[in-house]
Amino acid sequence: MVDLVAKSPCDGLLPPEIAGLRLVEPAPQRLTSIAPLRGQETAVAESLGVTLPVPGQSAKAGGVELVWFGMGTYLALGEITTDLSGKAALTDQSDAWTVVELTGPRAEDVLARLAPVDFRLSQFAVGATARTEIAHMMGSITRLAQDRFRVMVFRSMAKTLVHDFTLAMEAVGARG
Amino acid sequence: MRLTCPICGERDRREFYYKGDAVAEHRPDPDAGEAAWDDYVHLRDNPAGVTRDLWYHEMGCNAWVVVTRNTLTHEVIETRLATGGGA
Amino acid sequence: MRIAGKGLIDRTDAVQFSFDGRMFQGYRGDTLASALLANGQHLVGRSFKYHRPRGILTSGSEEPNALVTVGRGGRQSPNVRATVQEIHDGLEARSQNRWPSLNFDVMAVNDLASPFLGAGFYYKTFMYPRAFWEKLYEPVIRRAAGLGALSGANNTDRYDRAFAFCDLLVIGAGPTGLMAALTAARAGADVILADEDFRMGGRLLAETDQIDGQPAHDWARDILEELAEMDNVRLMPRTNVFGAYDQGTYGALERLEHHTATRRAGAPVECYWRIVARQAVLAAGSIERPIAFRNNDRPGIMTAGAVRSYLNRWGVAPGKRVAVFSNNDDGLRTARDLVAAGVHVSALIDSRHDAPDLPAELRGLRYVKGAKVCDSGGRLRVDRVTYRSVSGEDSVQADCLAMAGGWNPTVHLTCHMNGRPVWNEDIQSFVPAQGAVPGLHPAGACNGVFSTLACLRDGQRAAIDALGAIGITATAGDLPRAEDAPYRITPLWAVPGKGRAWLDFQNDVTVKDVKQAATENFRSVEHMKRYTTQGMATDQGKNSNVAALAVLADVTGRGIPETGTTTFRPPFSPVSIAALGGPGQGKGFAPQRFTTSHKASVEASAPMIEAGLWYRPSYFPAPGETTWRQSCDREVGMVRNTVGVCDVSTLGKIDIQGKDAGAFLDFVYTNTFSTLKVGRVRYGLMLREDGFVMDDGTTARLGETHYVMTTTTAAAGEVMRHLEFARQALLPDMDVTLMSVTEQWAQFAIAGPKSRALLDDLLDDPLAEGDWPFMACGPVTVSGVQGRLFRISFSGEHAYELAVPARYGDSLFRALVDQAKALGGGAYGMEALNVLRIEKGFITHAEIHGRITADDLGMGGMVSQKKDCIGKTMSERPGLSGPSREQLVGLRPVGEVKQLTAGAHLFEPEAEATRENDQGYVTSVCYSPTLGTMLGMGFLKNGIARIGEKVRMVDHLRDVEAICEVTHPVVFDPEGGRVRG
Repeated sequence: MVDLVAKSPCDGLLPPEIAGLRLVEPAPQRLTSIAPLRGQETAVAESLGVTLPVPGQSAKAGGVELVWFGMGTYLALGEITTDLSGKAALTDQSDAWTVVELTGPRAEDVLARLAPVDFRLSQFAVGATARTEIAHMMGSITRLAQDRFRVMVFRSMAKTLVHDFTLAMEAVGARG
Repeated sequence: MRLTCPICGERDRREFYYKGDAVAEHRPDPDAGEAAWDDYVHLRDNPAGVTRDLWYHEMGCNAWVVVTRNTLTHEVIETRLATGGGA
Repeated sequence: MRIAGKGLIDRTDAVQFSFDGRMFQGYRGDTLASALLANGQHLVGRSFKYHRPRGILTSGSEEPNALVTVGRGGRQSPNVRATVQEIHDGLEARSQNRWPSLNFDVMAVNDLASPFLGAGFYYKTFMYPRAFWEKLYEPVIRRAAGLGALSGANNTDRYDRAFAFCDLLVIGAGPTGLMAALTAARAGADVILADEDFRMGGRLLAETDQIDGQPAHDWARDILEELAEMDNVRLMPRTNVFGAYDQGTYGALERLEHHTATRRAGAPVECYWRIVARQAVLAAGSIERPIAFRNNDRPGIMTAGAVRSYLNRWGVAPGKRVAVFSNNDDGLRTARDLVAAGVHVSALIDSRHDAPDLPAELRGLRYVKGAKVCDSGGRLRVDRVTYRSVSGEDSVQADCLAMAGGWNPTVHLTCHMNGRPVWNEDIQSFVPAQGAVPGLHPAGACNGVFSTLACLRDGQRAAIDALGAIGITATAGDLPRAEDAPYRITPLWAVPGKGRAWLDFQNDVTVKDVKQAATENFRSVEHMKRYTTQGMATDQGKNSNVAALAVLADVTGRGIPETGTTTFRPPFSPVSIAALGGPGQGKGFAPQRFTTSHKASVEASAPMIEAGLWYRPSYFPAPGETTWRQSCDREVGMVRNTVGVCDVSTLGKIDIQGKDAGAFLDFVYTNTFSTLKVGRVRYGLMLREDGFVMDDGTTARLGETHYVMTTTTAAAGEVMRHLEFARQALLPDMDVTLMSVTEQWAQFAIAGPKSRALLDDLLDDPLAEGDWPFMACGPVTVSGVQGRLFRISFSGEHAYELAVPARYGDSLFRALVDQAKALGGGAYGMEALNVLRIEKGFITHAEIHGRITADDLGMGGMVSQKKDCIGKTMSERPGLSGPSREQLVGLRPVGEVKQLTAGAHLFEPEAEATRENDQGYVTSVCYSPTLGTMLGMGFLKNGIARIGEKVRMVDHLRDVEAICEVTHPVVFDPEGGRVRG
């Protein structure tokens, strides 16, 4: 008999605060991709009790955050309690992603070094989300607050994510 | 270079993977004959002007996109989802 | 020489720097060029070919002469323009292209030989004998020529890279750019204002004009203060917008640390910006051109605009006795500024017979109309200029000559997308073509508009036009009062006469060279450029191209518009390659992907190899093992005899769901998956549409409408694209969803006769007897964690793959290895994995390399005849199957040489090893400890029919030859009893 111990993707990797910018790994939560089956979008929305977010947006449904996650796909953060069988393809993604949160007044400037997306508040408001390239990695970025973003890349790339964010945070910090 | 993904809006070209001529979405029937298949798999025009080609929004939403653009001016004229049904 | 009270430098802040080892003093606000001139140092370099003494010609980024090397070691930067480099304490600059010293340069003998060194000299002289070019001529010429050099040390600086977005990008912060930015900012647009200078204001800093009754530089300061206060404005000084690209993308290089004495730790020296602007205003200004006359290249001879810049902005008199030579009203302006500052003007020579009369304040000045400077004297600096008028030749003493040859609009960015500038007769220069770059609006001097008031008006107009195009209304506020003098020029490109008159100062191209090119029929401007190297210096012809064209037009009897221009390409100013790379050096080059077992593998001293972006262990050395082969052989034996554990998480895993999932798989695989039973796994082969094999792998059916596909590690991304293409573009009506789950699962192979024993011990519930035949799959639990178990094998042994959510990967791997060790086994790496699969004839991408069909692999029967699939039709083409093709076989050395090498070719034993006799090639080799011999896999013409025959393997590169027996690809346990047992 063995005892399996869970490890988070950023285990032991995260840097200290740099120039008022912080990169932290939030407490792990259930991640489930939801891809409504043909013609089931409305049924899925009704079951979840939420309007499915349009591309580039996220929504809240009870304790679950629903983030648009690509063509015909949503990522639910939190436990889904409703039965969606026959309505959507559900896939557990809880272990597939490195999830970090970047916080700080210059978080936008850090992201501008890593992803080719317009993160100005006027274009990328709180709740906005993008699937994009993050320093050559497939990823997802969601604005949680004016100065707080959730950044996701595949689990195996956690070390590169931290490396590239550290450099970007230092570059922003060096501007005084 | 910027491409307008029909789902995500205008995005940097580095989010996209380039496949080639949009003819690829019009797959012939298995019995369409050698000439049709040869056309489909091998023969490509190389126009100085308007072309239609397929791009995959690989670092974005995973959509396959048909991009109509001008190889002389680099103007992107139209983008739409590849559904096999387009002209 | 400084002039008291003049200039925009901070005289309370002295700065010490060195040039060629000598200490100098300047002030904050100085460039290296202005500080050197203030110290009377005109000689700063040597020219490329003749090693002629060179002085500072300009005051901007177009400088062709004053190129210096800054810094040392990993921070050494060659070819830094002294006119751009700001001084700071400790700055160490050195001149280039001279030996042993700047004052005495041995290679200056080239200048004496100049009658032989004209255009085309190298092409004509160093042609024969041919063998000498590469070995003798080129190395010698390269050593003699060239400018600055890198140190050879690794660059230790950091570079940054970023994206920016705005409604309006304004390029250039002179009067035009400031007015455009102000107009747009007040309208509420998001504005980026970029200027390559460290202080914004453009020529407002260099002229003595007034705007709204105050000095123009004060007006600029006020505007900049207003802009800096606005949230919707980003000011980017020290930023060279170097290129215009598609869909409103601009490349820009920002200098961050070149002007600081101590570089802060972690601070990047430069930032490479990609600015996406909905619209842009080009307010790049214009560049003054020199006039070609004999010996016009002596230090001390400068453009008139530069003389005024040094005088007005930096408070430096570039000479004690300054002569002025002009073909437009700038001559008068220059003389007026000099006289007002108390500098002696020895003569104002204006080539125009109808030049205006002297204003009252210049009365008494030696003023010669209708005259041309025809020669200069002096050695390392000009001391005399000679001019010719209707009354003959005369000379004046001058230690500085200001040349006002007229202004060329800085049209460069408008040419980056194939735009061709058009000739404007009024200003005798090229102006941007309309709409040359979509969304880019040229304005002000770069648009051929020269007075300050006209620039302000044009900047305002351009901003209103640009914003109007994106639906933002800006209003034209009142323009300030400003100078509005007309621009009156009579063209003068080259003063006729004997001797050498320079066009391109850095590359030593003279009027004579251009004429010679035309004589030798290099009449096209592009040919002339390449024959003479005109415009190929680091300034890319900014100072010289238009004059060279005019000379070429003249000798070929064409007008300048017909002669045309060469093509301006990005970058506008030099950009360091390191900046383009940004943080992408070292570990920043590409993402690294680590498996959950990485840490444990490294702790076990396993050397890691790269597999795409992944890092995987090669082998796990045991105590006493000194070579990889010892470890590999042991690990193979472990799997064959007890049990081995290997991380296979890197294989692509795709979750496929929906009622049409089975039908979808039938279309993308050659074989059928819709008939696969739930709880079973099947091997599948995937073709490209051209009929060749794309990838292979196993797919498991987890439920009625739920499959999970595995791909090879290498092709995971390609397969996902391919499946999405099939789903979206070819089968849009199917109800099927795809989701990558590669990273969700940590998956380990547990292989060997004792694998089952290991699992029975590990799993919460032992495997029920009979429920787990070969190719079965199903859910299991390990310490309460839900996992998936697949009875599949890539080793030919009784084996499983166990997958758990990745968070448990590290823990599970350690547990598996411990348990395997207890059973006499352990972890195995890529080397052993490779041996195990070669013994079994299993293929990898070494075999399915893109030119291989299913039939070549002996898998022709896997292409189902009952259904269509991607690649099926084309795979049935004649010539893609059968004995005429090279077929997969095994190889075993049977001669004296027992070595096999991958990449070697196969021949008949007696045939000569030449291309015509080629029979095939080797794709994979290994030493098989199981069979005690090397084994190979490869493709051989009609190979299956030749099993048992002998072939000769020849590796021409490694010089290895071996006689091999052709075998079936599967050499170990061909019946497959072990995998099923």
